[in-house]
Amino acid sequence: MNGNEITPGQAMQDVFEEFRIDGAVNKVVFRDFNLWYGENHVLKDISVEIKSNIITSIMGPSGCGKSTFLRAIDRMNDIIPECRTSGQVFIDEDNVYAEDVDVYELRKRVGMVFQKPNPFPQSVYDNVAYGVRIHGMANGRELDEAVERSLRMAALWDEVSDRLDESALTLSGGQQQRLCIARALAVEPEILLMDEPCSALDPIATAKIETLMRSLQEKYTVVLVTHNLQQAARVSDMTAFMYIGEVVEFGRTKDLFENPEKELTENYITGKFG
Amino acid sequence: MDELTKENIIKAGLCASVVITILILPVIVVWVGSNGIGVISWEFLTGRPYRFELGGIFPQIVGSIYLVSLCSLLGAPLGVASAIYLAEYAPNNVITQTVRFFTETLAGMPSIVIGLFGLEFLVYYLQLKTSLLAGAVSLSFMTLPWTIRASEEAIKMVPRGYRDASLALGATKWQTILKIVLPAASPGIITGILLGMGKAMGETAVVWLTSGSGLEAFVPRSLRSPTGSLTMYIYLLATQGHTSESMSRAFGASLVLLVMFMAVSVSALIVRNYYLRRLGPR
Ligand SMILES: Nc1ncnc2c1ncn2[C@@H]1O[C@H](COP(=O)(O)OP(=O)(O)OP(=O)(O)O)[C@@H](O)[C@H]1O
Ligand SMILES: [Mg+2]
Repeated sequence: MNGNEITPGQAMQDVFEEFRIDGAVNKVVFRDFNLWYGENHVLKDISVEIKSNIITSIMGPSGCGKSTFLRAIDRMNDIIPECRTSGQVFIDEDNVYAEDVDVYELRKRVGMVFQKPNPFPQSVYDNVAYGVRIHGMANGRELDEAVERSLRMAALWDEVSDRLDESALTLSGGQQQRLCIARALAVEPEILLMDEPCSALDPIATAKIETLMRSLQEKYTVVLVTHNLQQAARVSDMTAFMYIGEVVEFGRTKDLFENPEKELTENYITGKFG
Repeated sequence: MDELTKENIIKAGLCASVVITILILPVIVVWVGSNGIGVISWEFLTGRPYRFELGGIFPQIVGSIYLVSLCSLLGAPLGVASAIYLAEYAPNNVITQTVRFFTETLAGMPSIVIGLFGLEFLVYYLQLKTSLLAGAVSLSFMTLPWTIRASEEAIKMVPRGYRDASLALGATKWQTILKIVLPAASPGIITGILLGMGKAMGETAVVWLTSGSGLEAFVPRSLRSPTGSLTMYIYLLATQGHTSESMSRAFGASLVLLVMFMAVSVSALIVRNYYLRRLGPR
């Protein structure tokens, strides 16, 4: 089909999409958020609203602060001693940076998947069970069920159901990454942050993860950092373009790719830099 | 002489050095083995020494094992705990650097000095007497820095991705260390402890000054008992004996010590290989 031609079916679908995205409620809200590593001002006056139950992708050139942005949501940057912040990040109504926040509860609410698959050097089962055990959420039969449920959600159950006791390091890269997703889902988070989850994977494994992401958006708010423009266009509903610590443009993926408002965005999308 | 000939001579010289280096170990082993195997008998291995050069070395074998085991039992937890602190918690400041400098220096400290300190401080001042406890504690002064260094390195080798994953799931730092970092680092830590045990097993000066006379006829019954070790026994028989019988007993005891030492080294090697293989596929 020619890209410019719009069939009635396509138009209906577009309207539906628009409705789905516009109707979504805010899940993660950044308010005048700034972050420094020592003297390095890495996130500058960020104010964005990430919506619930859709996929939002973050793109931008290397070093612009995408990972830092993600890690600001579950305060993973706290680990870095010279890190300072100002402003707020809300999940639902709760300010993540309020003083009385229990960081461990917060991180339980927010799952994270990293660029390089990083399963623990333990069995497949123990990997998925790890967070559940840490938080004392289940044991015995219930734990077995939680593990199975998470592996099914991560579309991995059929491939590993007969090797739960084997080391996770014997799985393929793509399987390892889905295991990491299952591990994150097992603690029943509300938000799933994925930092270039496919960059170490081949196209087939990537396609599997993309399909998986689509299926996850029903239950979760997914935020995806990606270097791959096609991937952002393919899987995400909304896209933010970041440049040297600022969110330059944020909107529906379709709009952002088809007629970007800012010249910087257009240059990036058309491959003039980055 | 042309350049090629020169090159070949240099190459041959370097090769010869390697051959000599490689030969040292088998030559020692064969030498000790052939001189010592003659006295090895059931009585030698299970009897107790009497009239200087007669009888067996059972109390010395057990003494060495006790000394080394107690030394690790005391030193390993302290060393691993220090390593965890240094690797995971210590801020990188003057104090930490000083601690590092101290442990590095302690690692290179001549053992006779440690032995003398053990004698003066543990044996006399704390009145532990020359005993199993005094010997094991002094030995652990010697092995502690090695345990710390090996453990710290093993802990730092654990990929950051593991910690990130654990913390991102809502685990605390201590949970992460206990459940993820230490298990992943354990082969390295165990190798370090085993190498320390090997060092302690071969140590003479420290135990000489702090744990016993070397010819003890009884297996130590308590922490306060004087305890002889194989190394002391060998030293005594080789230096104070005047008969060929006493010399071949020194060799026999050396052979036993060598076998024990190799058992420890080989275990260290096995653990290390297992470790590398496990990290391999990543
Ligand atoms: N632990 C840290 N300590 C100090 N500075 C850091 C740290 N991590 C990142 N930075 C700096 O923060 C800035 C943003 O880094 P970040 O990793 O968020 O970029 P990114 O957009 O994710 O890049 P990439 O696409 O390469 O992953 C960079 O200038 C980087 O040097
Ligand atoms: Mg990044």
